[in-house]
Amino acid sequence: MKIIACIKRVPTTDLQPRVAADGKSLDAAGVQYMTSFYDEIAVEEAIKQKEKHGGEVTVLTIGSAEASKEVREALAKGADKGVILVDNAWGGRDPLATAKTLAGKITELGADLVLLGRVGTDRDNASVGPMLAALLGWACVTDVVGLELGDGKGTARREADAGTETYAFALPAVITCQKDLNEPRYAGLKGIMAAKKKPLEESPCPPATSQVEIEKLALPPARKAGRIVGEGAAAVPALIDALRNEAKIL
Amino acid sequence: MAMDPYRPLDFLELDDQFSEDERMVRDTVRSWVSERWMPLVMKHWEAGTFPSELTPELAELGVFGPTLPEQYGCAGLNSVAYGLICQELERGDSGLRSFVSVQGSLVMYPIYAYGSEEQKKKYLPKLAAGELIGCFGLTEPDAGSNPGGMTTVARQDSSGYVLNGRKMWITNGTNSDIAIVWAKLDDVIRGFIVPSDSKGFSAPEQKHKWSLRASITSELVLEDVRVGAEALLPNAKGLSGPLGCLTQARYGIAWGGVGAAMACFDEALRYSKERIVFDKPLAGFQIPQKKLADIATDISMAQLLALRLGRLKDQGRMKHWHVSMAKRNNVAMALNAARVLRDMLGANGITLEYHTGRHMCNLESVYTYEGTHDIHTLAIGQALTDIPAYR
Repeated sequence: MKIIACIKRVPTTDLQPRVAADGKSLDAAGVQYMTSFYDEIAVEEAIKQKEKHGGEVTVLTIGSAEASKEVREALAKGADKGVILVDNAWGGRDPLATAKTLAGKITELGADLVLLGRVGTDRDNASVGPMLAALLGWACVTDVVGLELGDGKGTARREADAGTETYAFALPAVITCQKDLNEPRYAGLKGIMAAKKKPLEESPCPPATSQVEIEKLALPPARKAGRIVGEGAAAVPALIDALRNEAKIL
Repeated sequence: MAMDPYRPLDFLELDDQFSEDERMVRDTVRSWVSERWMPLVMKHWEAGTFPSELTPELAELGVFGPTLPEQYGCAGLNSVAYGLICQELERGDSGLRSFVSVQGSLVMYPIYAYGSEEQKKKYLPKLAAGELIGCFGLTEPDAGSNPGGMTTVARQDSSGYVLNGRKMWITNGTNSDIAIVWAKLDDVIRGFIVPSDSKGFSAPEQKHKWSLRASITSELVLEDVRVGAEALLPNAKGLSGPLGCLTQARYGIAWGGVGAAMACFDEALRYSKERIVFDKPLAGFQIPQKKLADIATDISMAQLLALRLGRLKDQGRMKHWHVSMAKRNNVAMALNAARVLRDMLGANGITLEYHTGRHMCNLESVYTYEGTHDIHTLAIGQALTDIPAYR
């Protein structure tokens, strides 16, 4: 089985963001990067499915050459090869531009299954997976928490508002991964050494033609300081008064 | 790593001095320590226990003997990567780093360096996989800084060897499957691989420690312990055998001290920025800033020392006096840093909710073991003057 896991390099979630001078992007100074949380789950699922069914896992990303760090981590965990489509302006791509580029490369590579995180933790669009499936004309199940694959087909579970939905689909398919799907493994030290010998292809990426562009980026307003109205049961009337008349939430 | 509040100090931007795989090794171990070790350490330190349930995870990570070759089930890392592993483990606790140091540098290394091919094949893969845990018996109740004064003896008989003696301050002793025991055979120090289930072998735990509490420390008692001829390490004769192992372990300690200091610094820096006194953060006053500046400088210098030591080791140029300088400096630095930074945490710093006091207590052991601070002083002195001043 040929499996492709798509990953995105995103700022670490403990980043204290600052807006850059252009007012449209994050100030890159001091920013540390990581694989988007849900994409780690996609990589883990790809490796687990390979371990179960055999085959090969390719990790695919669009980004600067520095994304080799995140791709190598996936190789260290057990993926077989990495592909970086090098675009130094990767941060400005809209979801459709990303999906089109990925679809082109996936068509070229060939795959039975494409796994992505349900959402990138930087921009929160949750769009690339479904768009990619539409462009490829493949089945798509999003926010998957359970995945079983059989001969040319599979079933996927997802948690919906009303309960658990189970879908049957034919391969090839695009699956986006929710956090309960698995527990990502650590890259063992032997894996890190083995990853140095695995192929990592860097190829140029067609420039993005995004249909939407970021016009302005602003941080949320700073939270106001809290206020302690008193202590113990005696403070309850003051608290209720404050919630009713100041906060106006009662 | 994502949700990890730990912010390692890298004031001199040394990150680019490490290769991508060295950084990946470091970050992997750092994440593991944050996610798996840190939630347990306070409980175990307080109870005086080691969380043995984590041993399989440590093995899975590959931290046991990681510089040894792949053919023995090890990762084949370079020494700088191994140093970074020790740094990150000791960021968690000196006891954790000790556990791993002993297994790798003091048990696997002597088997690898001094053992027969059969011994290597028999033991190294299982030690790497954590299926066997080992300990190292050199120090005795009356032979610490002068290991040549040991009284443990081995006597050859028709079927192998008979060992008698006592060893003291043995990390992992009680929970070991094998012990590397150093004993005098015809007045020459030799190493033996002793299974802990041998008749006459016992390893009572040393209790009531206020340091390295999340690490098992034991006494080894050998009363007519019989081992086969295959237990002898064929290629170590004399004090250079055990001292060669200690050079490996001390190398890791030089990096570990940096990790312990980084843990304390991170905690005190965070605390001093959040703690409000006289209407402004503690960090906004001159005396706390001087302490932070001093410690950040000390840590940065120790990081440089460890890095240089590691590069020398990987080039095959490291001498034992280089290790003495790094162990001596970096552990003393860490101990001082822990004391100063504990002070910055105020009364909170004396509780186990904060990590700095725990590191401070642990580092008292690290200052003393694997060559005391003073003995390393004399090792450097001898390298400089060509005059030994030990006795």
